[in-house]
Amino acid sequence: MHDMSPTIKVEELRKAYGELRAVDGVSFDVQTGEFFGILGPNGAGKTTTLEMMEGLRKPDSGSVTLFGESPWPRNPRLLPRIGVQLQASAFFERLTAREQIRTFASLYGVSARKADEWLAVVGLEDMAGKRNEDLSGGQQQRLSIACALAHGPDLVFLDEPTSGLDPQARRNLWDVLRDISAQGRTVVLTTHYLDEAESLCDRVAIMDHGRILESGPPATLVRDLDAPTRISVETGTITAEAARGLADGLEVSDDGVSLTIATRTPAPVLSALAERDALRGLSVRGATLEDVFLHLTGREYRA
Amino acid sequence: MTSFVSLSSAMARGFFRDRTALFFTILFPLMFLVLFGGLFKDAGASKTDILQIGAVPVVDQLPAEAAAGLDQVLAVTRTSDRAAALEEVRKGDKAAAIEQVGGELIVHYSAADAVKSATVRGIVESLVQQANLAAAGVTTPAVTMRTQPVEDQSLKAIQYMTPGLLGWAIATGATFGAALTLVTWRQKKILRRLRLSPVPIASIIGARVAVSIAIAGAQCAMFIGVALLPYFGLQLSDQWWAFIPVMIAGTLAFLSIGLVAGAASKTPEAASAIANLITLPMAFLSGAFFPLDGAPEWLQNLSEFFPLKHLVSSMQDVMVRGESFAVTLPDIGILLGFTLVLAAVAAFLFRWDDA
Repeated sequence: MHDMSPTIKVEELRKAYGELRAVDGVSFDVQTGEFFGILGPNGAGKTTTLEMMEGLRKPDSGSVTLFGESPWPRNPRLLPRIGVQLQASAFFERLTAREQIRTFASLYGVSARKADEWLAVVGLEDMAGKRNEDLSGGQQQRLSIACALAHGPDLVFLDEPTSGLDPQARRNLWDVLRDISAQGRTVVLTTHYLDEAESLCDRVAIMDHGRILESGPPATLVRDLDAPTRISVETGTITAEAARGLADGLEVSDDGVSLTIATRTPAPVLSALAERDALRGLSVRGATLEDVFLHLTGREYRA
Repeated sequence: MTSFVSLSSAMARGFFRDRTALFFTILFPLMFLVLFGGLFKDAGASKTDILQIGAVPVVDQLPAEAAAGLDQVLAVTRTSDRAAALEEVRKGDKAAAIEQVGGELIVHYSAADAVKSATVRGIVESLVQQANLAAAGVTTPAVTMRTQPVEDQSLKAIQYMTPGLLGWAIATGATFGAALTLVTWRQKKILRRLRLSPVPIASIIGARVAVSIAIAGAQCAMFIGVALLPYFGLQLSDQWWAFIPVMIAGTLAFLSIGLVAGAASKTPEAASAIANLITLPMAFLSGAFFPLDGAPEWLQNLSEFFPLKHLVSSMQDVMVRGESFAVTLPDIGILLGFTLVLAAVAAFLFRWDDA
């Protein structure tokens, strides 16, 4: 029976800072082993929600339970089962990567040898002797994740783990995060990157102004949106008028760089373009979470 | 226990790798000791410098015992250059110059320093009288005088300064260490991260206590080691090591002052400013830098309210005045009392997080 109950249960969570209702009635469950993403622009209330789940903040009202227990006030029974990577990576000053992870591991009674293995998992073996001040942003984030995982928690909270990283470092980190999830841990991640949520999460909750607008698997959210596919070719490849004649019910726009055809039936349009040999600069783009956000809020997504 | 050990070692490594902290906690107070120890090396001995021009049989032929007695009060430099010697006296570099022409002993002195010149005249006069008595065949005078300095060593500045400056160094080190650790650990979210781990709060505080005491121990070793060098010439009492309990009690008292400063501040700059405001005036008003014996009574009474006064006076008692451990017990009690009250204030002000 125990396995059937969700790892995390969040009910009607609220938190206000003065006039600002940072979290305004949020409810969701996270199942064991799930990779759950909280997605939204900066200031949407993601971090406050996460901090209430971690037991760092007391909710004004509503409740959080992790493994059936409340994380507030500081709950020592719960702490060994959760791993937390904070938004600003919290490191001891002037300690090397190896000393950092060994110190954190020992707080949970984990041996130095086990801690060192985690450096290898996140690919920091070569940096073990370097102080955290001398690590790059991506290396610091990986070390910070390793420190959060050294004690083998069942549930992992990651607060914007890839923010501020270059695209290559982000993708490297994604691989690490996928591995963590593949080991059967429950992972909760906040991010303001739509592509990150789409690529990593089993399920996402889209947040804005302290509320959850929609939640579900990214693919389902996109599919349910029933948004048209956008086919673009270089401007001048085909005239707007000719493009409109390719099939019924096409929306055509030309911004002077690309001519874009929006359609719900992309296959006949693509073959018609091919027949006319009008495929120069072709790109085909389906709907993304960005379109879902646009649809939900009526405004463009800005991280 | 493992968490206590690993946190202590993380904290100690962070401290010993921080050159600025090392400088201000250990080298900077030591510089004061070296500077003042060197400057006031001969202060308190209060010998009077005089010049002797050419041969002065009255002085030269003194018996060994009398010569040694003279050495305690006069530092005699021999010269043959009469003009230069008189010039030195005129400029005030030497208290007087003596020369003997036949049966006449001449004392050249400057009226600029009346006390010193009077001392020299008095001493020389007694020498002349002794010589006359000897010439008259009186070998055993009816009355003789013997001088005996009291607490010769306590007159030396280094004896006073070593415990004083060491007390100040311990106070500064413990206050700044605790205040800055608390603020930077809060600011850098280390406290938040620790809160999310199952580490008991007692381990975090215990680690800070252990590291502060270790730093105080390092300060003591450095200070005593340097002051014992022959150049400075510190003379420790037999039971000097009895200062260790009061040193620990003092460290705890200033650590809790630091915790209050750290709990009340948001930035390291503010914490430093508060720590400075507390420790620096206290050092002047508690007799750490100079004795309060000559200070007005109200100041002496006021100083009783400063933990540094109790730390310094107890350390002086056992390290150099030869008092026993029992003498420090009231001060230890007072310092622990300060610790309890301030720790309670710090616990009340404590925050894990900035927001």
